[in-house]
Order: sequence, then C-alpha cells, then structure tokens
Amino acid sequence: MIAIAEIGHFALIMAFVASLCQAGWPLLGSRYQSTRLMAQLQLAAMGLVFMSFAALLHGFVTSDFSIALVAQHSHSLKPLIYKISGTWGNHEGSLLLWIVILVLFGGIFALTSSPLPGRFARLTLAVQGAVTSAFLAFSLLTSSPFERLADAPLEGRGLNPVLQDVGLALHPPMLYLGYVGLSLAFSLAVAGLLVGRIDQAWGRWARPWVLSAWSALTIGIALGSWWAYYELGWGGWWFWDPVENASLMPWLAATALMHSVLVVEKRGQLKSWTILLAILSFSLSLVGTFIVRSGLLTSVHSFASDPSRGLFILGILIAAIGIPLTLFAWRGPQLASANDASLKSRDVALVMNNIILVIATAIVLLGTFYPLILELVSNQRITVGPPYFDATFNPVMAFALIGMVIGPVLAWRRGALPHLKSTIGAAVMGAVVIMVGGFWLLGPLSAGAIAGLGLLGWLTLGMLADLHRHLKLHPPRQRASRIAHLVLPVWGMWLGHIGMAVFLLGALGDGLARSEVTVRAQTGDVIALSDRAYRFIAIEQNQGPNYSTLTARLQLEDLDGQPMGELAPEKRFYPAERQTTTEAAIRPRFSGDDYAVLGDGDDTIGYSLRLYHKPLISWIWGGAALMALGGLCAIGGRRPLQATSSQTG
Amino acid sequence: MSPKAKRFAIVIAAGALLAAAAGLAMTALRENIVFFVTPSEVTDIHLSAERIRLGGLVADGSILIDGTVAQFDVTDESATFTIRYDGALPDLFREGQGIIAEGAFRDTLFVADTVLAKHDETYMPREIKESLEEQGVWKGEATE
Repeated sequence: MIAIAEIGHFALIMAFVASLCQAGWPLLGSRYQSTRLMAQLQLAAMGLVFMSFAALLHGFVTSDFSIALVAQHSHSLKPLIYKISGTWGNHEGSLLLWIVILVLFGGIFALTSSPLPGRFARLTLAVQGAVTSAFLAFSLLTSSPFERLADAPLEGRGLNPVLQDVGLALHPPMLYLGYVGLSLAFSLAVAGLLVGRIDQAWGRWARPWVLSAWSALTIGIALGSWWAYYELGWGGWWFWDPVENASLMPWLAATALMHSVLVVEKRGQLKSWTILLAILSFSLSLVGTFIVRSGLLTSVHSFASDPSRGLFILGILIAAIGIPLTLFAWRGPQLASANDASLKSRDVALVMNNIILVIATAIVLLGTFYPLILELVSNQRITVGPPYFDATFNPVMAFALIGMVIGPVLAWRRGALPHLKSTIGAAVMGAVVIMVGGFWLLGPLSAGAIAGLGLLGWLTLGMLADLHRHLKLHPPRQRASRIAHLVLPVWGMWLGHIGMAVFLLGALGDGLARSEVTVRAQTGDVIALSDRAYRFIAIEQNQGPNYSTLTARLQLEDLDGQPMGELAPEKRFYPAERQTTTEAAIRPRFSGDDYAVLGDGDDTIGYSLRLYHKPLISWIWGGAALMALGGLCAIGGRRPLQATSSQTG
Repeated sequence: MSPKAKRFAIVIAAGALLAAAAGLAMTALRENIVFFVTPSEVTDIHLSAERIRLGGLVADGSILIDGTVAQFDVTDESATFTIRYDGALPDLFREGQGIIAEGAFRDTLFVADTVLAKHDETYMPREIKESLEEQGVWKGEATE
C-alpha cells in the first residue's frame, strides 16, 4: 500500500515520456511514420495517466496521510463521496483531473481517427501530445500530487467545507470536460494549418468535438452557478466574479465556433475565421485555468494560489497562442475561398452571430482584466462590478438573441425561406404582447427590463412560428412522423435555441419579480414576504457526520395562515476545518423558489434571517440543460454535404 | 452585388458594431469601476459620496448590533472609520477579521450595502493583506 503513490508518480513520469514521443514523432523521417504507432502512444499515455489518477484516488479514499496532498485536503471522518471529490478539490488534484480528461479525449480521438487521412490524424495526435506533455511537465515540476511527508500526521486537515458539496463534486469534472474538449478543436485546427488544407470534411471532423465540449461546458457553468446559488447563501446565481467570467469566455468563443464550424461543413466558407476561433476558444480555456489556478485575481473561488505556477501556465498560454498564430500567418492566406453568398443568407447571419459573440467575449475579457492592468500600471485597486457587465454584455447579447429568430429562416447562400416574413411578424407580436403583459403585471419597469421581456416574447413566438411552419408543410396525419424525421442536428438547434428562451425566462423572473427581506427575529415571530409568510418555529442544535449545526425551523404559510411547507436553514460548524458555513434552505418549485438563510444571532438579540422569493429561477438551469441537450443532439446524424467533400492530406 | 461590395458591407457592419461596443464598454467601465481604499487612504474625494470599497480589520469592541443594522469600526491601525450596514453579516464577520465593505460615505460615516469577509478563517482579502503589509502592520496568518 505504501508504494501505491510512488507507482502513481512513476506512471505520471512515463505518461510524460509517452506524450513527448507522441509530440515529436512526426519530426522523424517520413518512413518512420505510422498512425497506428501514434495512436498507441496516445493510448499508452491515457492508460498511464489513469493509473496515476487511480493511485491518487486510492490515497484519498484510504486516507493515506503520508501523502502531503491528502493530509492537507482530506480527513478520515469525511463522507466517502467527499473523500473522492476531495481528490480534485485542490490545485494538484484538479490539475491531474484536467490531464485525465485531456488524455481521455486524446484516446477517444486515437480510437476513432481511422476515417481521417493518415498525415492529418498523426499531426492532430502530435499537437494533442504536445499539449499533454506541457501539462504533465507542469504537474510534475510545480505541482506533484504525490509528495510524501516524512512524518505522516494522524489526521488530515480536511476539505474546505464550502467545497464539501455534490454540486461542487461534479462542477470541476464537467467544466474540465468542456475546457479540455476544446483542445481537440485546437489540435485539429493546428493540424489543418500544418497540412495546409481546411475543407468541408474538416468541419465534419471537428463538429462532434466542438459540440460535445460546448455541451459539457454549458453543464459545467450551470452547475457552478447552481452551486453558488444554494451554497453561498447570497441568493444570486451569477456574480460576474472573475472565476465565473473565466468559464464564460471560452463558452462564448465556443458558441461562436460551434456555429462557424457549421458554415465550414455546409459551405466550405469561413475557414480562416473558424481556425482562429478554435485557437481562441482553447486559449481562453487555458486562461480560465490560469485565472483560477494562479490566484492572480481576487475571487471568492481562489482557494489555490501560487504565482510561480501562474508563470508556468502563462508560458504554456503564450506557446499555445503564439505558435498557432505564427502558423496561421504563414498558412492562413491559402485558406481563402470564393464567397458566393448573398447578404441576405444564413451564411451572413452566422457571420453576424460570430461577430456578436466575439465582441461579447471581448467585453467580458476587458471587464475581467482591466482591474489587473490598472493595478500594474497605476497601483490603484479597483473592482469592475456587475453594473459594467449589465450595461455592456446584456445589450450586445440582445442582438444575438434577435438573430436567433432570423438566422434559421434564411436559406444557405442566398435568400430567405418562404416564411421569413410570417416568422418575424409572429416574433414582433410576441415581443409586444409580453412587454405589455409585463408592464401590466409588474408596473413601471426599467428600459433593460422592458427590452428583456420583449426579447423573451420575440424568441418564443418567433421560434414557435418557425417550428409550426416546418410541421405545417405536411398533412396532420404525417406530422408525427415528420417530427421523427427532422434530422437530429435540426432538433439540436431547436433545443439549443429554446433552451436560451427558457434561460431568459428564468433570469427575468428572478431579476424582475423577486422579493427579499432581512430581519432579526425571535422564535414565534411571523415575517411577511410578498404573498406568503414565514413563522419562526424553533431554533435547534443538531449533529451532522463531520459538523454540528444551528438550525432554524421556519414554517412557510400562505396569506390565510395555511402551512405550505417547512424550511430549515442552517449554520454548520466544521470542527476539523474550524470553519462555519451557511446552508440556505430552498423550497424549489417550477413557479419559483422560497429561499431562507440563517445569519448571526443568539436568543437574547434574536437571529438574523434573510428570506427570498425567487420566481421562475429554476428555469435558468433548466434552460442551460436544454441547451446542452441540444448540443448533444446536434452531434448525432450527418448533415448531407452540399458540395462533394474533398479529402485532406 | 459584387463579392467585393458584399465583403465591404459586412466589414462596415462589423466595424460599426465593434465601434459601438467599444464606446459602450469604455463608458460603462468609466462609470462602474469601484476603487478600493483602506481607512488611511481615504481622501476628500472619497468622502464626497463616491462609491468605493473600504477595507480593513474590524476594530476590537466596536461592533454594535441593533435589529438588522450593524455598526462597527474598520481600521488599518493608522486610521479608523465607522461603518453602518443594514443586512445580514457574513459567517466570518468578527473582531480582528479583515473585511471589505462596499458603499459610500455620508459625512464621515460609511454606509455600506455589501460586506464581504471571505470563507476561510485564515484568508485575508488580498487588497487588505497587501495594504497592511505596505504599512508594516500585517502580522502573518490570522490565528484563533
């Protein structure tokens, strides 16, 4: 048992050697080249990294405190699931998880690369190997997870209690699936540049990777937002925190990439642009890792910080952006293609989509890094808060949402589909109806709120009109089969776009109609909040598996005093970590959440309670789930190619 | 329309969008940045009701709680200001803890609408730690 960590460490070194060979192999003479060998190297690296991760997992599960990392971040009394998730609840372990996913994607690519031209597949694997070896070197040199302690403590220091949570156990793996999945789009793009040809077939190969990475990233961000919502106890679901922005930027770039890959596949256009987006998306994933891991920016999430590590990632980042861009400057001009699309075409709509999404990415980038730059230049410390993002990001994204109705009713290359006018008519009607309805229900609203409601109506009715038109072309008896015969990618688009409307519904419901109150209350008090009331029944002390609690029992009542349910917000004291956390009590309903938080206090001065009603808020995450599902649907099924595809390589 | 004119139209549209977005971002940035200061860095400009973040240590024995309103002093050892905050205090709010309050001065009383004390007991908001280090009053990791 003692030697398992050393085996893990050794496996990691061997994986580094394998990845390095994989990265360098194409440099050898052409007679040594073998796609099979490269694939085997990739699979070997995968197996070795898996072994290494299993060894670390073993250390955490068996609470082997002679491993420094386990001693610092685990505790023998922790529930098993948090021992397991503790493996990646720290810098070294999360980096290893990053690499695990990197080799997993590389391995899947190696196994499915046989339809690709040999040279192209080999170069993709080589780039993937270069990225893998860079991260393995980072792990081995600056953040080895397997360091031993000379004197093993009897007990570990525990995992930050805020991180002992199911949402956060799943959030990093999903987010990393997204970040790292984009590495394949990156490798395919660089390989395409090296080969010097990007064509429609390239689009077909890249699409599944882009879509699966995008879907995972969507779920990962949604899980993080959901976690912040119920765990931080502030009732919010998005704080424009640098760490959140770090995951939003690659998502925006990948959203643009997902749409432009479509144009490459369908039309053989936008090739240079797509290559740039692939490089940008993965670079922003690296920036995301960099921000979180270097502790560069102040953030509620920065539980790991070490500047020297930051410099290493910065080095990787410069190489990952600089080398491909140099290649691009050299090979890019060869990618130009004759453009025969008219201005009124889906092609141009997708170009606009891309421009808008890239501008939105730039806005988030500016807001995230401006404080850092200003501090470097003038030593002034500032924060860029949510008002900046509300004033810039929201209006820019509004254009993207407007386009979501128009783009799908334009035809490829030239002209509109026959129902362009009726669809836009329906969308305008929807916008007007919901704006008037919102005004009538909620009273005077801000310009932003009115615009948001208008967009919701525009999207919903516009998309319904388009869908209805698709189905109406067929007699009623055939409609069901028509639904079944719509190709999966079309369903993917529908689901993705509807998901956006659902998300907007949730965001507006919470943003415009939420109510909240903060009070100091004694047991027996009744606190009114919008159309309901909370009765403070009792305060109790309880014992959890590795914490003790102070629990407030609140009965939720309607206006007539009829009980609707009970909420029990807690404060938890973790003796091992000597920390306190707040556990909000949430009563989730489709119509909205009731949300209660217990603050400070004692029996003499009373207890501070924060109570919220958050209409429709669950739809935010429901919408994100629909979007991710849409992304997955769009992987399935092959779009018929418009022109005959030519082979690369 | 010729391909050249088409490309021109797209570039013009993109350029206009970009310019509008850049203008919007710059204006929003100018209006929405919030400066961070410690008590000894507070100047007349900050006292004139500008929105800022004020950070420091909660002074010993200064916490008064009345209903949901808390009043307490923050200090960086060379200057002290009184903060008033109506709302729920964070878990780790206590004497000697480093906190950041966001709000504006009303005369010399700082009225905050947000108070942050980060999750970890040994964690000190970066800005506070740095400015305390500059003034030589940082005493290493906070201990119980």
